[in-house]
Amino acid sequence: MNASTPKERRIILKHADDPKYSNQIGCYLREGGYESLKKAFSMKPDEVGEEVLKSGVRGRGGAGFPAGMKWKFLDRKSGKPIYLICNADESEPGTFKDRQIMYKDPHQLIEGMMIAAFAIGAKQAFIYIRAEFHEGARILDRAIIEAKKAGFCGDQILGTDYSCNLVVHRGAGAYICGEETGLIESLEGKRPNPRIKPPYFPAVLGLYQCPTIVNNVETLCNVRHIIEMGGEEFSKIGKPNNTGTRIWCVSGQVMNPGYYEFECGSLTLGQMIFDVCGGLQPGRSLKAVIPGGSSAKVLRADERFTGSLKDGTEFDWGLEDIPLDFDGPMSAGSMSGSGGIIVMDDTVDIVEAMANVNAFYAHESCGQCTPCREGSLWMRKISQRMCSGGAREEDADLLLSVAKQIEGRTICAFGEAAAWPTQSFVTKFKDDFIRKATDSQKDRDPKSLQLI
Amino acid sequence: MENTLNLSVDTLTKIDEVVPKYPEKRSAALMVIHLVQDELGSVNDSACEWIAHRLELQPINIKELITFYPMLREKPWGRKHVRVCRTLPCALRGSYGTCKTFEKKLGVKEGHVREDGEYSLEFMECLADCGQGPVVIVDEKTYENIDAKRAENFAELLIDGKLDGSVDFTSYEDSLNQESK
Ligand SMILES: Cc1cc2nc3c(=O)[nH]c(=O)nc-3n(C[C@H](O)[C@H](O)[C@H](O)COP(=O)(O)O)c2cc1C
Ligand code: SF4
Ligand code: FES
Repeated sequence: MNASTPKERRIILKHADDPKYSNQIGCYLREGGYESLKKAFSMKPDEVGEEVLKSGVRGRGGAGFPAGMKWKFLDRKSGKPIYLICNADESEPGTFKDRQIMYKDPHQLIEGMMIAAFAIGAKQAFIYIRAEFHEGARILDRAIIEAKKAGFCGDQILGTDYSCNLVVHRGAGAYICGEETGLIESLEGKRPNPRIKPPYFPAVLGLYQCPTIVNNVETLCNVRHIIEMGGEEFSKIGKPNNTGTRIWCVSGQVMNPGYYEFECGSLTLGQMIFDVCGGLQPGRSLKAVIPGGSSAKVLRADERFTGSLKDGTEFDWGLEDIPLDFDGPMSAGSMSGSGGIIVMDDTVDIVEAMANVNAFYAHESCGQCTPCREGSLWMRKISQRMCSGGAREEDADLLLSVAKQIEGRTICAFGEAAAWPTQSFVTKFKDDFIRKATDSQKDRDPKSLQLI
Repeated sequence: MENTLNLSVDTLTKIDEVVPKYPEKRSAALMVIHLVQDELGSVNDSACEWIAHRLELQPINIKELITFYPMLREKPWGRKHVRVCRTLPCALRGSYGTCKTFEKKLGVKEGHVREDGEYSLEFMECLADCGQGPVVIVDEKTYENIDAKRAENFAELLIDGKLDGSVDFTSYEDSLNQESK
């Protein structure tokens, strides 16, 4: 490994791969578990919220919104009950970090949630977990029973008069349940059709039209560590505006894909791919990287990214120079999203890769908005046709025009999530799209990697 | 309430436990559907009606969920249900080949149940384990790095009923349990 590449700093995943550590409460307590909860309960709820605000921690679910700020938006005057929901849908392709936390260290999440619930005054909390995590839901159920017995959750937590129930709720295989208002509809027992914002900002009108905070699994785990360290100390990890660690999930064509936790901004995308993940297979070269889950815009290996950062410093990056934090991929015109880094080498047929992604969005659109429902369907059909010998030169522009008619015209951000891959793939790899149409050998080599 | 679906006592007890956990009954719909489906294999019209009645809803309120969510079923899958992940990260590591191998070995087309009801195969969207793709789920257990080549062997063990306990294929779930010992 390159000497300048930093080491992992595992805070959230500290015990995840320790063979002597299990997901039972005994291990958690032995490692100082639930001490932060006790500390939080010795403070006033507002003070807990202040620490989280001071920490600067940004949401790990995709949008990167500061958690402390979100909690401040909570409508406390309505007098209605307040709900806390943990988004454990983990549905963004390329992301598999929340799985590691829930299967291997569930009490960390429960502790984080009970601190968050106390801070915002929620009496009822839910974990919305994707249904494919069968065993994950059982592990959480067992952990909640253990935590209840020990007085860390449920009635009269730590002997105080504060109670908060925690319920594990299973989804049923729909990506759109990861979108927070779709999730809320689903939790109400309805089809997960996202709600229009405004007025349905969950912090004001959420579950049962009551004020609701929705946070990602990793975000809520961070809350536990913020209270342990203090917000100020936590904010020193990482970089300003990009505090704490992040769990990056690397998938696709690298030698050692996996989950890696680093201080925000402590390494570059190049260091991640070539040092941490052992680079590509012998003889291959890098073609493209999707830096933040399949919804993020693709980056081309030979692109240059220039501009100036928020603090005014100018940058001129190649793909490998992009810092892995929230702002880096954003400055490069994409996003760090859910932290899912998907790597493609030079053997990949870029049109097929896009067709694969298009098929995902066409399958997962909830169907409420015509531009999203029809647009994602047509992008799938066109790109699939292109990959089965029927490509035409004008298809690139046609795809772009469909994508353009989705973006900004839908109820939820799924519309953008579906449009951005097409927009970026077609614009950045136009040559590949044209070649698909002009190449005389349209039949694919049956031995080549099939992506659609 | 009359047990017209002949559900087991265990399922009925679990339903009675889960419903009061929610501030509103309707919220329990997915959880109750899962419990019923886990026992019956699918949720047909009479099951819809029973669940709706149990939650004081209309059958359409249940039906609209069954017809929306990919994992809810009006007809059962096979006795062994094999899921293969289709989405890009797994595809980049060969999941299309994995799916083809299973089609051949298990004698069933993706999206279908074999005629004798023994196996069914589903090509699914991302299963949130993309780092170890291609990912395969058999019933409730997750297996990693099942490329086309390993899938041959995997399918043979599955058919012989020897997948559980095989050295070459330990599920993600079982490797956790080992760790906690
Ligand atoms: C289409 C779509 C899918 C999403 N999927 C997830 C998901 O699987 N998990 C998640 O935590 N957030 C997901 N989000 C983001 C959530 O809407 C929400 O912003 C997040 O859960 C808030 O938590 P955070 O502030 O802690 O990040 C998704 C958003 C969209 C638009
Ligand atoms: S943008 Fe797509 S997923 Fe979102 S509400 Fe509209 S149709 Fe549904
Ligand atoms: S793409 Fe297969 S598990 Fe995510």
